[in-house]
Amino acid sequence: MATHTGGLTHARLADEGPAVRIEGLVRSFGDREILAGLELDIAAGEFVALLGRSGSGKSTLLRALAGLDHEVAGSGHLSAPADVSVVFQDARLLPWKRVLDNVVLGLTGPGARDRGRAALDEVGLAGREDAWPADLSGGEQQRVSLARSLVREPRLLLADEPFGALDALTRIRMHALLRRLCEAHRPAVLLVTHDVDEAIALADRVVVLDEGRIAADVRVDLPAPRGQGTQRYAALRAGLLRQLGVDQDGGAPVRADDVVTPVGG
Amino acid sequence: MSAEATTLTKAATARPEPAAPRATRRRRLGPGRAIPYGRAIGPLLLLAVWSAGSAAGFIDARNLSAPWTVVSTAGDLIAEGRLQSNLATSAERALLGLLFGTAAGVLLAIAAGLSRIGEGVIDGPVQIKRAIPSLALIPLLILWFGIGESMKVITIALGVFVPVYIHTHNGLRTIDGRYAELAETVGLSRTGFVRHVVLPGALPGFLLGMRFAVTAAWLSLVVVEQVNATSGIGYMMELARTYGQTDIIIVGLVVYGLLGLVSDALVRLVERKTLSWRRTLAG
Ligand SMILES: Nc1ncnc2c1ncn2[C@@H]1O[C@H](COP(=O)(O)OP(=O)(O)O)[C@@H](O)[C@H]1O
Ligand SMILES: [Mg+2]
Repeated sequence: MATHTGGLTHARLADEGPAVRIEGLVRSFGDREILAGLELDIAAGEFVALLGRSGSGKSTLLRALAGLDHEVAGSGHLSAPADVSVVFQDARLLPWKRVLDNVVLGLTGPGARDRGRAALDEVGLAGREDAWPADLSGGEQQRVSLARSLVREPRLLLADEPFGALDALTRIRMHALLRRLCEAHRPAVLLVTHDVDEAIALADRVVVLDEGRIAADVRVDLPAPRGQGTQRYAALRAGLLRQLGVDQDGGAPVRADDVVTPVGG
Repeated sequence: MSAEATTLTKAATARPEPAAPRATRRRRLGPGRAIPYGRAIGPLLLLAVWSAGSAAGFIDARNLSAPWTVVSTAGDLIAEGRLQSNLATSAERALLGLLFGTAAGVLLAIAAGLSRIGEGVIDGPVQIKRAIPSLALIPLLILWFGIGESMKVITIALGVFVPVYIHTHNGLRTIDGRYAELAETVGLSRTGFVRHVVLPGALPGFLLGMRFAVTAAWLSLVVVEQVNATSGIGYMMELARTYGQTDIIIVGLVVYGLLGLVSDALVRLVERKTLSWRRTLAG
């Protein structure tokens, strides 16, 4: 069974209590076991990127955490905070509600609309409160969806390839925005992505999902800004890509203790 | 290397300058710009032929009265108050039928759309009812409810109910399941889900159903008023038939036509107001 080797992680958990604790999580479709006894802890305020090949079960894990897998067979222990927000790949705005009404959807209480306005301001969309979602660009829609998630002050933010549908330039801007918002609000974050560079650019920690388990668990301690040119960046990137089954440059030497800490087998 | 590069550059500059981008005219495939009041052309032409035919004596007044006769007859009917009272009776029947039919259609569509049991119980019978034209039920309805107002309103309501149900139900079923997921993640209650997601999501379907329903209401009205009625526009026309008064019949037809046009325009106005979030080709 997989066990965590990162002593640092456990120390932080003890201090603040983990936002997420997953033990022996099993999820299967038919007789295909997608998650096979997965173990993962996420500390409060920690930004974790989840990498994995297409079909490796990233979304399945995320949906389990969000409580959206009603009819999926499975077992295991899973504890996640009640105040979870989800950012989907499609911005998933209700087309018949104006931007502000989308942001405050489901919120109650007197200050809700003011908080919604503040959240829109934070994502740089002040003044667009009354626009229809259809009149926004893809990047703007995704920013509204970020505002909708953050206005709830979640303890856990789940994002399933939130920038996958955006063009490269918009994606870079969204990275900076997400980073800034997470530093301001400090939710624990689980960001699903298939983009190694995105994972390294954003996360404190990168985990790789393979064969239903966490196959690698890497702390990213690159100095900011995380320039893509540096040696350590390249090493980390190559190591992660190798975990994902992409062997660049015929296996350039990467010291395992330097960057990648495979766990379990 | 550098020599090669120079040659390449030279070759590039030596190539003739491309002509200033010529605006390639593409053949227009759409019908082109709208003519102002273009839709009035056909009807006006018809009116002109009718007038000319009547004036020249080609059209027998016993078959089709002249336009001016129809206008003066309409004036007389209004002066006597006959047109207004009959119109009021007809409008009341149509509105009541529309009201009950719409309410039933919407409620049943929601019940069928939101629960599997509801769908199992409701959808089958409605599909069967859909196969039977409402007007074919008139003999049965007369036996059950007599020939009074309730039979008329029920016939109209039955005709209205089907399109409202079908289109609302279809609108409900085609709401993206991902919105339900969203509603769960933002913690909407069941009623919140219905209010913020289900009803607005089904509104386009409902309004489409209403357009069919309004047409169905007028159609049913015409039929029930020509069967055993003692008031209403249809009755006025039936009475005119027995006396051979073509002009009154035509006044009735014009009134029916206007009612249909006005009510369709109303539904479309509501559609435009409430569905402004949709950016369709129509704009
Ligand atoms: N509702 C479902 N029914 C059957 N199989 C599913 C369902 N959802 C996901 N799967 C399967 O589970 C596997 C993992 O899917 P997913 O978690 O979406 O992968 P990804 O890592 O690309 O997000 C895939 O092989 C997919 O086909
Ligand atoms: Mg996925």
